[in-house]
Amino acid sequence: MGLEDIYTELVSEHSRNPEHRHALPGATCSLKGHNPSCGDEITLQLKVKDGVVEDAAFTGVGCAISQASTDMMVDLIRGKRTEEARALAQKFIGMIKGEITDEAELEDLDEALSLQGVSHMPARVKCAVLAWHTLDEALKEQGK
Amino acid sequence: MADAQEFLKDFPLLHTEMNGRPIAYLDNGATTQKPEQVIKAICGYYGGCNANPHRGAYALSVEATEIYENARKRTAAFIGAKRPEEIIFTKNATEALNLIAYSYGLTNLKQGDEIVITIAEHHSNLVPWQHVAHATGAALKYIYLEQDGNLSDEDIETKITERTKLVACTQVSNVLGLKNDVKKIAAKAHSVGAVCVVDGSQSVAHQKVDVRDIDAGHKMLSPMGIGVLYGKYDLLDAMPPFLMGGDMIEYVEEQQTTFAELPAKFEAGTQNVGGAAGLTAAIDYLTGIGFDRIEAIEKDLVDYALPQLRELPFIELYGCDTKRDNKTGIIAFNVKDVHPHDVATILDSTGVAVRAGHHCAQPLHKYLGLNASCRASFYLYNTREDVDRWIAALKKVREVLGYGA
Repeated sequence: MGLEDIYTELVSEHSRNPEHRHALPGATCSLKGHNPSCGDEITLQLKVKDGVVEDAAFTGVGCAISQASTDMMVDLIRGKRTEEARALAQKFIGMIKGEITDEAELEDLDEALSLQGVSHMPARVKCAVLAWHTLDEALKEQGK
Repeated sequence: MADAQEFLKDFPLLHTEMNGRPIAYLDNGATTQKPEQVIKAICGYYGGCNANPHRGAYALSVEATEIYENARKRTAAFIGAKRPEEIIFTKNATEALNLIAYSYGLTNLKQGDEIVITIAEHHSNLVPWQHVAHATGAALKYIYLEQDGNLSDEDIETKITERTKLVACTQVSNVLGLKNDVKKIAAKAHSVGAVCVVDGSQSVAHQKVDVRDIDAGHKMLSPMGIGVLYGKYDLLDAMPPFLMGGDMIEYVEEQQTTFAELPAKFEAGTQNVGGAAGLTAAIDYLTGIGFDRIEAIEKDLVDYALPQLRELPFIELYGCDTKRDNKTGIIAFNVKDVHPHDVATILDSTGVAVRAGHHCAQPLHKYLGLNASCRASFYLYNTREDVDRWIAALKKVREVLGYGA
């Protein structure tokens, strides 16, 4: 596993200039995610209306992998139904854990598919899945 | 330095590869590698004399007991304790510190008392005192830092008062790598009648330590799972037991128990005899070399690395501008715009192992206004070549993430 498989153009771009890293006015829910071992810390904000994630954004600090992963996730889930967004989160986590490897099945992760290489780097798995776990938790709360 | 090359041959792991490259192991603040002599001592114990000490009246158990008690004597001599009973074996420094917090802290502190610690403590010498403060109503106060990262002399003078019952301080900061004047702090603590707890995790392997110290063995060539608490006999003797169970008792009846004398009182259950055998071998190894040589190797590496790091405009250094002669072989740093975890991954791809994160010192990072940092920490087997590889890899970091140099 070479560095270029992890720090791809796409990951570098998203981590240097995360489009969705800002506070979200009118958010209906806000949840913190935290990796105590490395200090990655994000707050994910969602605006959910009629079962649809109308908008999302995040704030916080973290490594390139966690920041890029979060930014790509927000890109992906905007406009999706909540159950669809949760299914994507679970699919992404499955990919990073190495449980889902079928390219066709992973296709709808879109840009986030570029993080698949992290599944071979146990030390960085937590960085990649932080935002997606946080999303899953947030939407679970919404569903209640 | 020629010395390091001479020692390198004793460390089998440093001759293996990581990611297809030889290892430049620069995470000695976390744990050191183990020399052949220590590995052989552990294998020798399990392969030839393993039995539960202090129990069986048969030859093997007697031998295991001898190995274990010999480690205690050697440790006592190594750090200058008056008697072997002042040495309590623990699983690590964290357990040693918890032992004091639970046994001494919870018993002797009360509302109105104060505990004074420093902002540069490892969580293991911070969280237990928070617990004691919460449980007893005592106040927890902090000694903060000067601009150069050293403990504030003013805080030492003003925060330790007649209300202070316990002062806890590390001998060397595991992030900033600065030696604290623990003699002065202990003297100040004793002058107001407080006890002083010193965390020796980052010092005892690197410099000659003169007791009143706590120490974990795996950071000094010895295996993980064995640590040492040193305490003055009278203090330890007056403290209640920490963990209860086998081996720490005198008489057990249905409703009550009397406890064993020191050191058994604080060593409940089956102990880590293999670890003690390894610790003895580590003490032999370090004694054979001498701390003058070890300190000289580390100083050479720091003096070699720092000017080169200062040349790099994208490197921020922490604790490297001390005005006192107290810098040890630990260098904390960050690469501008890049999270420490990414730095460590990129260095790892070239076989250079450094630590990234908060190094179990979140309050210190917060105090310094940092989220996290990287840390390189040297030991006697590190060479200038390791430093060269580290610095060469640092020059690549920003490029990998698409930043201009």
